[in-house]
Amino acid sequence: MKVLMKGNEALAEAAIRAGCHHFFGYPITPQTELAAYMSKRMPQVNGTYLQAESEIAAINMVLGASSAGVRAMTSSSSPGVSLKGEGISYMAGSDLPAVIINVQRGGPGLGGIQPSQADYWQATKATGHGDFQILVFAPSTVQEMVDLISHAFDTADKYRMPAMILADGMLGQMMEPVELPEEGSANLPEKEWAAKGHGGKRAHNIINSLYLTPEKLEQLVKERFERYETVKRNEQMAEEYLTEDADVVLVAYGASSRVARSAVNKAREKGLKVGLVRPITLWPFPTDALNRAASHAKNFLVVEMSMGQMVDDVKLAIDCKVPVHFYGRTGGMIPTPADVLAQIEALL
Amino acid sequence: MAIVFQKPSTLTDAPMHYCPGCTHGIVHRLVAQALEELGVEGKAVGVASVGCSVMCYDYFTCDMVQAPHGRAQAVATGLKRARPDNVIFTYQGDGDLAAIGTAETVHAATRGENITVIFINNAIYGMTGGQMAPTSLPGQITQTTPYGRDTNTAGYPVRVCEMLSTLSGVAFAQRVTVDNVKNVNIARKAIKKAFQNQIEGKGYSIVEVLSTCPTNWGLSPVEALKWLEDNMIPYYPLGVYKDVEEGVKK
Repeated sequence: MKVLMKGNEALAEAAIRAGCHHFFGYPITPQTELAAYMSKRMPQVNGTYLQAESEIAAINMVLGASSAGVRAMTSSSSPGVSLKGEGISYMAGSDLPAVIINVQRGGPGLGGIQPSQADYWQATKATGHGDFQILVFAPSTVQEMVDLISHAFDTADKYRMPAMILADGMLGQMMEPVELPEEGSANLPEKEWAAKGHGGKRAHNIINSLYLTPEKLEQLVKERFERYETVKRNEQMAEEYLTEDADVVLVAYGASSRVARSAVNKAREKGLKVGLVRPITLWPFPTDALNRAASHAKNFLVVEMSMGQMVDDVKLAIDCKVPVHFYGRTGGMIPTPADVLAQIEALL
Repeated sequence: MAIVFQKPSTLTDAPMHYCPGCTHGIVHRLVAQALEELGVEGKAVGVASVGCSVMCYDYFTCDMVQAPHGRAQAVATGLKRARPDNVIFTYQGDGDLAAIGTAETVHAATRGENITVIFINNAIYGMTGGQMAPTSLPGQITQTTPYGRDTNTAGYPVRVCEMLSTLSGVAFAQRVTVDNVKNVNIARKAIKKAFQNQIEGKGYSIVEVLSTCPTNWGLSPVEALKWLEDNMIPYYPLGVYKDVEEGVKK
């Protein structure tokens, strides 16, 4: 049965149904409803909702809960996610799974509170210090937020690494009908590595990211990057929309992909051969889907709500086989389908 | 021959890396002893903080988590909320607990998190080579207060037990030291009580241990103990600052 839900609340409910009964947050617009929903729902499932003293404390509570072997989550918006960078780096260095939600707003600094995609670089390249990657999922509908939450928890557990849902203020605030998974349907893996008390039955588990011997640290980082190669091979997700015969291929994710899709439809009505590749995973980046489109397209047009943070990744993914153009708005401004259509027509 | 004294079974055989005369080793033993005597090693999870004691995960036989600098009590909060039946403790120095982790400390305390906090106050940053700590004394010479800590520019030392004992969430706060046998015995009882409180669900318990850092104080181990007695104890009086069980509130 479908229910009408706000994006932020759907994320929260879906997380609970994915077996996440530990949420640690700190208030910030425009993700506010997510934490508020958790504060209402967690007591009903005997879970933990805790309003931390800061985003730094919240992510470290997630680190602690994840160390204990339970599914844990935190959510924030851009300035708050910067504060979480420390904890995310430590979790990556300690091979801890967790889900972090970023309902992006305009930046830098305090920026604004309107929807934005200006944290792409942060999410995919530099969430924190050190050599590491996290999984980054970019939903474009409320239903996809619901679907990706459980997938994010499963994938984070599978590879023992943090996962981020990179949403934005538009997706967080909009209401759409959604089908939720059954309660109790989550498949929770056993975590032998967790620090949950050895009960005298095994040697002690140590959750740690400190390695003072450079040879050892290098070896561990290399092993982690081998795991990342597996992730790149197996976990890419993208939607290819009307790309088979497209001369111009738009590349857009999340909220801006909704605008891009409308522009593709308008272009098709005019008889123009235009398609869309919509990355659903931003890391691993969906190079396979982009290369399929690049094999016949004449031009790529990246559409973002930022100054073009994804453009370089698209160029690298296709080895600049076709020209990659960019159109975007930033600071909380949202491009219109007409704007994007004008850009498409200029390329044809 | 009867065994009259031995290492607690809750300490590993790993050689400790602490400098000669440092009191970390004594406090490690007291923590391990409490876990052993209370029979909770199997459900204990310790949180190592950043500082000289960061590698204590190699010394305690219970499960261990190493926290980012200052965040030990947030990590402990996550561990405890995830598994309330586990016995969670943090082991933190003064820089970790009273400077970079002040917010995490105050808020874990005011929430009354049912955890045990072992706080090593040696009035200096040991691991990084002897810089001014939040607990360095007025006039104390450190690497970053070469003319002595000037309270006009560097402010005053933080008295953690006094500050935390004002918070309703705190069940137990005691300051001890380990400079002689009598005080080691007092410290042993305080640490055991801080764990017992958690097992009984009484709430946040902290034991502050005045400790020495002969290396960074530039003193011999014996001189360091004397310096602690002459300078630290007068500024940081020993005693119970709060005990909800006994109705003590200084």
